[in-house]
Amino acid sequence: MSEHKDIFVVVEQRDSEVQKVGLELIGEATRLRDELDPNQKVVGVILGENVKGAADLLFQYGADKVIAIEDAMLKEYVTEPYAKALVQLINDKNPEIVLFGATSIGRDLAPRVSSRVGTGLTADCTKLTIEIDERDEVPRKLLFMTRPAFGGNVMATILCKRTWPQMATVRPGVMKALEKKADAKGELEEYKVAFEAKDMNVEIMEVVKATNKSTDITEAKYLISGGRGIGGPEYFETLQKLADVLGGEISASRVAVDSGWIAKDRQVGQTGKTVRPLLYMAFGISGAIQHLAGMDASDLIISVNKDEGAAIFDVSDLGVVGDLKKIVPKLIEALEKYKAAKEVQ
Amino acid sequence: MKIVVYIKHVPDTNEVKLDPVTNTLIRDGLPSIINHDDKSGIEAALRIKEQVGGDSTVTVVCMGPPQADVALREALAMGCDNAVLLSSREFGGSDTLATSTIVAAGVAKLDYDLVITGRQAIDGDTAQVGPQIAEHLGLPQVSYAEEVVEITNDYIVVKRQFEDRYHIIKVKLPCLITALAELAEPRYMSVAGIEKAYATDITVLDYEAMKDVLPLEKIGLNGSPTNVKRSFGKQAKGAGTVLADLTPDEAVQAIIAKLEEKYII
Repeated sequence: MSEHKDIFVVVEQRDSEVQKVGLELIGEATRLRDELDPNQKVVGVILGENVKGAADLLFQYGADKVIAIEDAMLKEYVTEPYAKALVQLINDKNPEIVLFGATSIGRDLAPRVSSRVGTGLTADCTKLTIEIDERDEVPRKLLFMTRPAFGGNVMATILCKRTWPQMATVRPGVMKALEKKADAKGELEEYKVAFEAKDMNVEIMEVVKATNKSTDITEAKYLISGGRGIGGPEYFETLQKLADVLGGEISASRVAVDSGWIAKDRQVGQTGKTVRPLLYMAFGISGAIQHLAGMDASDLIISVNKDEGAAIFDVSDLGVVGDLKKIVPKLIEALEKYKAAKEVQ
Repeated sequence: MKIVVYIKHVPDTNEVKLDPVTNTLIRDGLPSIINHDDKSGIEAALRIKEQVGGDSTVTVVCMGPPQADVALREALAMGCDNAVLLSSREFGGSDTLATSTIVAAGVAKLDYDLVITGRQAIDGDTAQVGPQIAEHLGLPQVSYAEEVVEITNDYIVVKRQFEDRYHIIKVKLPCLITALAELAEPRYMSVAGIEKAYATDITVLDYEAMKDVLPLEKIGLNGSPTNVKRSFGKQAKGAGTVLADLTPDEAVQAIIAKLEEKYII
C-alpha cells in the first residue's frame, strides 16, 4: 500500500484570474484518478493573495477538494515564496502525483520544488496515462509521462519510480477541461504557511502588462491559419474576414511570423503555441513537423494547399488541393449566404 | 565580478533524423552546436564583464563527453577567460535532477557572484536544469531573462518575461539567471580569440575531483529519479480525405459540407 495519495493540480492565477491550463489539468487529473484509484481525490491547489474565491470554479471543473494558500507575499509570482509553500504542502500531504501547467511560471516553479522535495520532474508533457511497467516484479500503477523532445521529432515516455510525488509540467492547450457543472461542490481547505521577510529574496520593481492585450489563440474555438502560400501580410485581412464570419481568430505558421506578416503571438507550432480548437483551417501551410506538433490535436482540420504532397494533408480531416486565393473569397461569400439563410429561418 | 556560465553542447535539431526501424535518434555525424539560449548567456556575461570591469572574469562550464571541449573552445574564442569541462563515466545517463546536482557541485568549486544558464536546451527542451542548479546552490533565481537592465557589484536588475507581462526584478548577488535567446545577440569569435582559445587549458573535473561534494547515489543513471521508458517517432494524426481537381465552387461545397457535418455551422 502506498502512503501517497491524491492528485494535486497547482492552478495558476494571474491577477486572481484562474488560467485555463489549470482547468484543463483538473479535467485530466479526474481521468487519471479514475484509472489510478477512484477513492483518491483531485485536489486543486491555488496560491495568491486573495484566491479562495476561485474554489467554486475549480469544483465546477472537477476538483473534489481545493487547497488555498493565501498571503500578501503571494500576490505577484515570485519563485521562493511559491516554492516554499508548495514544498511544505507536498511534504505535509504526500500526494501521489503533482501537475503544473508548463507555462513560464510553472516551468520556473516546478523544477525548484521538485529538487527541494528530492523527486523527479518531467517537463512539458503532452500525454499522461496510468499504466503498469511490465518490468516491475510487484506490479503497481504508475504515471506514464509522454513528452516531445528534439524539437518535436522524438516522443519519449518517462517514469519516476523511486521517489514521490510523480511530478510533471503539462503543455497548455493539450488536455481537455471537463464540461462545467454549475452545482458542483467540494471541500475547501485554507492552508497556512509561515512566511518570513527573507523568503522574498528578490524585489519586483515594476510589473508591466502587455499593453495591446494580445489575443490568446489557445482560447479560440476556431482558428483560420495562414502560411507561406498566402503570399504576403495583406492576405491576413482576407483570412480575418473568414474568421469573422465563423467567429474565430487568425493564426499563422512560423514562416508567416518570421517574414513579419503577423505578430508572434499568433504563431502555432513548436516555437509558438499549441492549439486544439474545434476547427483549424490551414491555408498555404505546408505542414512542417514543428507546425503539426502545435495543431494536430485540433478536433477538425481542413487544409487548402496547391501542393498535393504537402505534409499538412497527412493530419487533415479534409484536404483540398487547389488555389486558396480562388477558394477563400468564394468560401467567405458562401458562408455569409449560409448565415443569412439560417437567420431568416 | 566572477561570472560563471553553464552551457550545453547539443545536436543541431534541424538536422535530426530518426532510424526508421528502431525509431531512435541517429546521432552519427550529427553536427553539434552551443545551445542557442546558452550562447546568449555567454554574450550577456561578456557584456557584464566589460561593463563592470576591474578583475571581472567569465568562466564557462560544460558537462558532457570529452568532445564537448569544442563548445568550450568556441566560448573561449568569444572571449571567456576560463573553461571547465565536467566529464566522467559516472555522469552518464543523468536526468535533469542528477545533471543539476553535478553542475552545482562543479560550480561550487569555483568563485562566483553570478551564474548564468540558458533557459532551455533545444534537444531536451526541459528548462529545468537552471532552476535546479539554483536550488542546489541555494541561490535566488530569475528565469526567462530578456534584458539586463542594471548591473552593479551588489545586485542585478533583470527584465523577466511572462506570457502576458514582464517583471523588472532586482536581486542581490550571488544569484542565478536563465537567459532567453533574446537576452543578447552573440558576438562572433575573433581571430585573436581563437588563438587564445587553443592556448588556454581546459580544466577537467571528473567524479574523483568532486566526490567530496557529490554522492554517487545522486548522479548518473542510477541516481536519476526519472528514466526513459520508451521513445518513438511522432505519430501523425491519420489522414482523412484529400480532394484534388475540384473547381473552386466544388471545393467550397466540400468545405461547407464538412463544417455542417461537424456542427461548426
